[in-house]
Amino acid sequence: MIPPLIVSEALSRQIDLIAITDHNASANVGAVIKAASDTGLTILPGMELQTREEVHVLCLFDTLEQLETWQAVVNATLPNLENNIEHFGEQFVVDETGDFIRREPRLLLTSSSLTFNEAWQGVTDLGGLFIPAHINRRQNGLLANLGFVPPEIPIEGLEISRHISPEEALKKYPFIKRYPLIQSGDVHLLDSFLGSTHFTLEAPTIAEIRLALKGAGQRTVTIHPC
Amino acid sequence: MTLQDIIQQLNLTVLTTPVDFASVQPENGYTSDLLSCVMSGAKSRGIWVTLQAHMNIVAVAALLELAAIIITEDAQPDLATIAKANEEGIILLSTAQSSFFVCGKLWEMGLRAG
Repeated sequence: MIPPLIVSEALSRQIDLIAITDHNASANVGAVIKAASDTGLTILPGMELQTREEVHVLCLFDTLEQLETWQAVVNATLPNLENNIEHFGEQFVVDETGDFIRREPRLLLTSSSLTFNEAWQGVTDLGGLFIPAHINRRQNGLLANLGFVPPEIPIEGLEISRHISPEEALKKYPFIKRYPLIQSGDVHLLDSFLGSTHFTLEAPTIAEIRLALKGAGQRTVTIHPC
Repeated sequence: MTLQDIIQQLNLTVLTTPVDFASVQPENGYTSDLLSCVMSGAKSRGIWVTLQAHMNIVAVAALLELAAIIITEDAQPDLATIAKANEEGIILLSTAQSSFFVCGKLWEMGLRAG
């Protein structure tokens, strides 16, 4: 997706906060942040990490510097495999206008050797927010791969996919009741923006989202059906 | 066939505190790396072969009262996981071999699916 089109599509849907979370990658995040500058849209720099257990997790940060530090950690834990474009598709890096800069040669569609718990520690130490992604999905969902939410780490929120409502998710997995839920679009195409999770925040920051997940003060997180 | 025979014939590394393996008689075998499948598919007193080493495997084995977990391809559970297994009385074994190899050997030794 081309950065300026991501920004205009989000704005046209009255969305004012999105996160860019490529698979084990972040090389395009800066371009989207630039494309959104001077608009009302806030871009959270992030990544969708695939852990050793093949669990997908959203790693969300406030700054590109934090994300770059995290990317370096992840790079050191990815296997040295070359992307096969025929099988896995292109991995383009573009600028803020969408112009081609380079191809990422390394295969990104694979697992880091970081365990789920190690990744939680790393993201948290950097001040980031660690949210297991599409936990209900058969492919790469936390609940399929690890059976349940690891009780030994204080997970701050869980993301459910667009294919299930919060009510259905709680009915199917009653043990997730103690965790705040968000729902994201896992948007791969411009026409699939979801925007069903509404945050009431004092500012669009990780600290505020963290407080909202705890229900602190007037802050709220609610999922509205699409 | 006892767990002692299995450990010897497959040359498994014992990760948890040794117990009297000769008195443990596994009744069946199961393999999967998706813990959600294991929770609904594995049978009690069975051996579970997996390359998952996350701490959640201990809770799953305790829930199902499995005889032992064989962790394959040199996947290493962390110390907290091994401590938890000792606490719960779950036997953790490991090997550099693949799950396919281990299951093949267990089958040759006479172990069957539950």
